[in-house]
Formats: sequence, C-alpha cells, structure tokens
Amino acid sequence: MLNAALFYFFAALAVVSAIAMVTRRNIVHAAVFLITALLATAGIFLQLQAQFLFVVQIILYVGGIMVLFIFVIMLVNLDVSLHLVQFNRQRFVAGVLAVILGVQVLGAFWVGRGSLKLGAARAMEPKNTEAVGQALFQQYMLPFEIASILLLVAMIGAVVMAKRRV
Amino acid sequence: MLPIENYLLLSLLLFTIGVIGVLTRRNVIVMLMSIELILNAVNINLVAFSRYWGSVDGQIFAIFVITDAAAEAAVGLGIILAFFRNRETVLADEMDMLRW
Repeated sequence: MLNAALFYFFAALAVVSAIAMVTRRNIVHAAVFLITALLATAGIFLQLQAQFLFVVQIILYVGGIMVLFIFVIMLVNLDVSLHLVQFNRQRFVAGVLAVILGVQVLGAFWVGRGSLKLGAARAMEPKNTEAVGQALFQQYMLPFEIASILLLVAMIGAVVMAKRRV
Repeated sequence: MLPIENYLLLSLLLFTIGVIGVLTRRNVIVMLMSIELILNAVNINLVAFSRYWGSVDGQIFAIFVITDAAAEAAVGLGIILAFFRNRETVLADEMDMLRW
C-alpha cells in the first residue's frame, strides 16, 4: 500500500516536472525542473530496492551533471533569448510525430502484454551495493574498463572543445 | 508489489516528453536536458526489469547509461560553449554553418 503510494507520488512528480521542463521559457527554471524530475526518478529507484543507483543518481546526475548544466547556462544565458520564441517552426509536426512514436510503443506493449506477465517480483539480494559491486567487477569487468576509457575520451574532448584557441 | 506495466508506462511518458523537448525547442541547452530525460526514462525501464527478475544486471546497465550521459553532457556542453564563443547564440535554428 505504502509502496504504491510512493510510486504514484514519485511518478506524478517526475511527469509534472518533465512537462514543466519542456515548456518553461526560462532555461534556469527548466534546469531546476529537470533536477526535480531526476530526484523523483531517484525515489523510484529506491522504491525498486536499487539503493546504490539511488545514491549514484543523486550524486552524479543532480550533483554533477546538473551543476555542469547550470554552470554553462550562467556562462551562456542571454537576457535577449528570454523574449524570443522558444519553439522552432517545426513544432507542430514534431509534436504530432513524437506523440505518434509514443502511441506506437504503447501499441507494442499492448501486442506483447502476454509475454510481460513476469508474475510476482523475485526477491532481491539484501545487500544491493555488494551485489552491484560483485557483478560489476566480475561479470562486467570489460565493459567497466571500456566505460573508463570512454570517460577519458570525453574528458579530453570537453577540454579541447572548451579551450579558447585550439 | 506493483505490476511492471506501471513502470513501463511511466518510462514511456517521460521518454515521449523528452522526444517532444528535443524536437520542438530552439534552445540547444534545453535539447541536451531533454536527452538527459530520455536516458533517465530508459534507466527506469532497466531498473524495473532488474527488480522483477531479482538480479542486479539491469542496474549495471543503468550505471553504464549514466556514465554515457555524463560523457555526453560534458562533450555537448563543451561544444555549446565553443559555438557560443564564435556565434553568440544557443538557438538550434541559427546553427547553419555547415548548410549552404
């Protein structure tokens, strides 16, 4: 009962703040609403007993990526752009196409709903962080190393991009 | 425990809102933020399936998706900064240097 209430609370929060993020005129407000949506997602992770991802979501997304976004907004934000049209000329076609995409995925759910019957959820291991660490450093060792190389490449790329003169 | 359809529907809603944001906004920073929202919606799916199978594999994939999101945000914001320094704009429809 409490589980369902938590899920609906966080889901409503996430959807409302996502809609607000897409429609706000001020970019700083949009960033704050995105932070709310990400925090609500973190709550859903906790409700799904993924405690490690809950912490990672808050530290990395809200604490890292969003700070980077707000930093760039502060560097780039022009007061002029507040008074411009915020949506591009293809907005109606694009909106209709996006909704059609959503309906298509919904149709795919509907067609495949028989195979979605997973029954009751199986029990998770009680020590989530330990289980994630075991899987990450045994079964998924190679992808983990590749991810570290990806981060190195991204770091070099970001430094080169943001440099004043290449 | 809620049926898994709830999580899939929530994820679908967030994904569609993110796609609308990418396709309709003019500001490149908001487009990048919408991409973060899309990746986040995918993570909800992965974690929900991980919960229902009782294994942490889905959560590992979610960690890799978060890593990708961080890398993409860093490089994307670097590109935006470099572009803003040259052209004094962050609007996507004024980015036409490669068009002729």
